[in-house]
Amino acid sequence: MTIPSVTSVAVQRSLARQGRDWPGLVFALLLLGAMLLTLVILVILIVDQLTRGLPVFQERGVDFLTSGLSSDPAKAGVAQGIVGSLVIGLLVAILCFPLGILTAVYLEEYAGDNWITRFISINIRNLAGVPSIVYGLLGLTVFVALFGILGFPNNGRNILAGALTLTALILPIVIITSAEALRSVPLSLREGGYGAGATRWQVVRQLVLPAARPGILTGTILALARALGETAPLLLAGAVLGTFSTSGSVQDVLTGPYTVLPMTVYDWSRRPQDEFRELTSAAIIVLLVLTLFFNALAIFLRNRYQKQW
Amino acid sequence: MATQAPTAGPPERHLAGSRSRRSRETAIGRFFLAAALVSIAITAFIVLTVAEQAVEFLLAIDPGQLVADGWFPRRGMFDIATLVIGTLVVTVIAMVIAGPIGLLSAIYLAEYASPRVRGVVKPVLEVLAGIPSVVLGFFALTFINPTIIQALVPGAKGFNFAAAAVAVGVLTIPLIASVSEDAMRAVPAPLREASYGLGARRVTTATRVVVPAAISGIVAAMVLGISRAIGETMVVAIAAGASGGSLRSLDPFEPGQTMTAAMASLATGSDQVVGDNAAFQSLFFVGLLLFAMTLLLNVIGDTFVRRVRQSY
Repeated sequence: MTIPSVTSVAVQRSLARQGRDWPGLVFALLLLGAMLLTLVILVILIVDQLTRGLPVFQERGVDFLTSGLSSDPAKAGVAQGIVGSLVIGLLVAILCFPLGILTAVYLEEYAGDNWITRFISINIRNLAGVPSIVYGLLGLTVFVALFGILGFPNNGRNILAGALTLTALILPIVIITSAEALRSVPLSLREGGYGAGATRWQVVRQLVLPAARPGILTGTILALARALGETAPLLLAGAVLGTFSTSGSVQDVLTGPYTVLPMTVYDWSRRPQDEFRELTSAAIIVLLVLTLFFNALAIFLRNRYQKQW
Repeated sequence: MATQAPTAGPPERHLAGSRSRRSRETAIGRFFLAAALVSIAITAFIVLTVAEQAVEFLLAIDPGQLVADGWFPRRGMFDIATLVIGTLVVTVIAMVIAGPIGLLSAIYLAEYASPRVRGVVKPVLEVLAGIPSVVLGFFALTFINPTIIQALVPGAKGFNFAAAAVAVGVLTIPLIASVSEDAMRAVPAPLREASYGLGARRVTTATRVVVPAAISGIVAAMVLGISRAIGETMVVAIAAGASGGSLRSLDPFEPGQTMTAAMASLATGSDQVVGDNAAFQSLFFVGLLLFAMTLLLNVIGDTFVRRVRQSY
């Protein structure tokens, strides 16, 4: 009585064999090797940047963090990049989180299963896969052009246009992760709310959103970390490559020329002088501290509040 | 009678309370719908603005200019094949690296790792996924190229496709690993138990039972990985070097441009990029092609992902 399938043949063969399972051992080692290779690459990357970049901090100390951009490597610093990244991060959070979470709530809690809903969710999934530089085209022709027409200084190439571009970029990711968090809230919680006479809005606000909060928070923070590391769309959306000076007033920060940390990294990495190589690694360390802080925060929040229903 | 409703809806209308309470509910619903429509507006804006400028570009140039020895937009040579070939070279090398490593890591995480090991390794993969691509671009230029590529191929240039492609592969590993792992974890435990019950070993169970059962998810992971590699910009812009233009070439050890890198280069050609000239508008033509390619791949990947969800 034999079952003619690949599995049963393989099973019979392995049952008949004696001794140690060498192919299995080799396979397990191969898997472990692949996994370790990835970890080793990460370690090499970080150690390499630290060995190149730390001397800059030892030499210049806080000066590197507080100096502006300069074509003189001995004076150049990342202050404008840090300010730009923090401001753009704040603007993106303000613009993107309410819009993204509202959309997710609509799709999961309000929308019926009809063609509009399906069209919207297919759209959002596809938007999440569009290369980031294509969003730069949107930023250039819609947002930068808009601020230009409205008569903003610098032809509309300001941090607001950059923030709107990055908002468009991470909005689909925020919506998808928030929708997943809402979907994981059990139906019985909602039914309990309706049973007690609550309206849909009361159920959403008082029961569903609090239960989904950790998941939503994790997804949105990861998306923000992604926005802080993006360079390509901002190349088109008006961030400055090279040097510029600012007065530092709020109006100047919002409507004047701007740059972000990844742009500084890109700019310096293209310069031929060796001194700029070291500065690039130092700027990378600052950028990694910033983005990895948000990543670690998200992972920590998820592990801390992970709930099994 | 007590048949269960598929989704939790609001209670019956007559229980919904006063008129003001009902109208407030409707208003809130409309408000949420308006937010959702923003995503549609963004898609429409992308497609319209990009397509309009791309058409203007095609009308402004002589069709003969689309075939030349290379891509030199400021000299009127718009050989799109150069960029597509460059993109293919980078994507193929990146996938040769990221495909096997990503899949093997996923098998390890889903079938071999103990929960404790997984609890440590998984966040590390997520950290790798969170590293900005400019950082990997610089790493490719200053570490991968001199210590790996030029050591293996002495004639390789200071900027080349191979170093950039290896770094793009590294960026793609976490995506492929996490989508494949999700697919394998979705394979029901009874399938594994049946396999073990028949006396199969771990390697047999993993490769002959779990991987075939999760194959559509694994294919989806590869398709999404390809889409990610095609869309990666900064790594290639930094490490593959060619700015201003590139000659049509299949040699991975020479500098060159992909579609994305050509766009970045047009953008950093800085201030004169904003204008009505053909070089500026070629940006949109390349962008539209890129958008169409990744859209197609994402739709294919998405179809496979949904097949996974339905099968068990």
